[in-house]
Amino acid sequence: MDSKFKQLVIDNSDSIVQKWMGEIGSLKAGNYTATISDELYENTNREFVNVIFTSIRNQGSTKAVEDFSEKIINLGWPLSYITDGLQVFRRVSTEYLLTQSEEVDSAYFSNVLASVDEWVEPLIRELVNEYSGSWEHILSLQRVALQELSAPLIPVMDGITIMPLIGTIDTERAKLIMENLLEGAIKHNSEVVLIDITGVPVVDTMVAHHIIQAAEAVRLIGSTCILVGIRPEIAQTIVNLGIDLSNFPTKSSLKKGFTKALEITGRHVVDIEVKQNNIEQIIKSIQGE
Amino acid sequence: MEPQSCVNIHKEWDIVGARQLGREMAKRLGFGTVDQARIATAVSELARNIYLYAEKGQICFEFIDNIEHRGLCMTAVDTGPGISDISQAMQDGYTTSGGLGAGLPGVRRLMDEFDIHSEIGNGTRIKAIKWVR
Repeated sequence: MDSKFKQLVIDNSDSIVQKWMGEIGSLKAGNYTATISDELYENTNREFVNVIFTSIRNQGSTKAVEDFSEKIINLGWPLSYITDGLQVFRRVSTEYLLTQSEEVDSAYFSNVLASVDEWVEPLIRELVNEYSGSWEHILSLQRVALQELSAPLIPVMDGITIMPLIGTIDTERAKLIMENLLEGAIKHNSEVVLIDITGVPVVDTMVAHHIIQAAEAVRLIGSTCILVGIRPEIAQTIVNLGIDLSNFPTKSSLKKGFTKALEITGRHVVDIEVKQNNIEQIIKSIQGE
Repeated sequence: MEPQSCVNIHKEWDIVGARQLGREMAKRLGFGTVDQARIATAVSELARNIYLYAEKGQICFEFIDNIEHRGLCMTAVDTGPGISDISQAMQDGYTTSGGLGAGLPGVRRLMDEFDIHSEIGNGTRIKAIKWVR
């Protein structure tokens, strides 16, 4: 029974394709694919229907399906294009098969439905899997990228290390911050560690708690932790929340924090130009005498 | 009066979503940056409480706009275990999760109006309002 239907559909592929193309074409406006050029849309549709027919002919030719799904994913077309296309194909071919028989009883009807499903189901499964697989891949890549960015530690000078934090801090990231901070402080032999929270949008009790813990841990290994980049509105919310940050020094900007760090490590910034000018002046004054 | 919008809290990252919506609505109401930060922090605290203690819940935002005043109302609802002693939970430094214990009393200070109802086994409902000045 199934092979008979298959033969029928393959032999009459032209009229089915025509019907399918017509229906898919009318979907374009309502679908997300409205911005795509008509030519590309029609070519892709033709390719799509070819993939469907090769798949029916070869009992699911995976190579063609894979290539096609990869192309659609690269084009960035929505998944609904594929599911709509296959749904329309299911309807069109069912309709076609039903009109080909003079007497349609329930057994015949269910046979038609079953065989059409048998062609379409594996295709849907495979295409959706390819799609979600590519999403999962992107997500995992982004997770890795995010983790790499999450807690960087920069040794700027002997004994001074800076950790700039940007973005939301969640529990996982807080753990990373603590680990990197302690590991880095010991590795770089830091006397002072600056935590810069200029880029942290909200400092709530949890974020404050993690920062306090990190600073306390840094203190335990013998270094000083300075919290810098506290914006005025953040300062106000911290006061409103009643969070006590008096146990370690805080500064409004990284610049001030760095100056403080230099002070702690017994250094200060000297302007070379000014010094040279002074020397020149001295030389001049000597020459003048 | 705008229709209210809600954020479901299930995962830790939903806290960020709630916070962003709260900040966005505060901005649209014309709150200054300090009040925006206050509101975002309060949302963050309430959302985190839901995530930590009740596991799931919802935060809804509503514009209040009448002749007397304009403001943002947020309602945090969960069906978690509830709070047994509210006055204790509202004290600074009281915590059951090893945190700072500044969340609820902090929210009360960050916002202008604060109302809390809790039933053991039935969940907690917190309403907080910030007026535009």
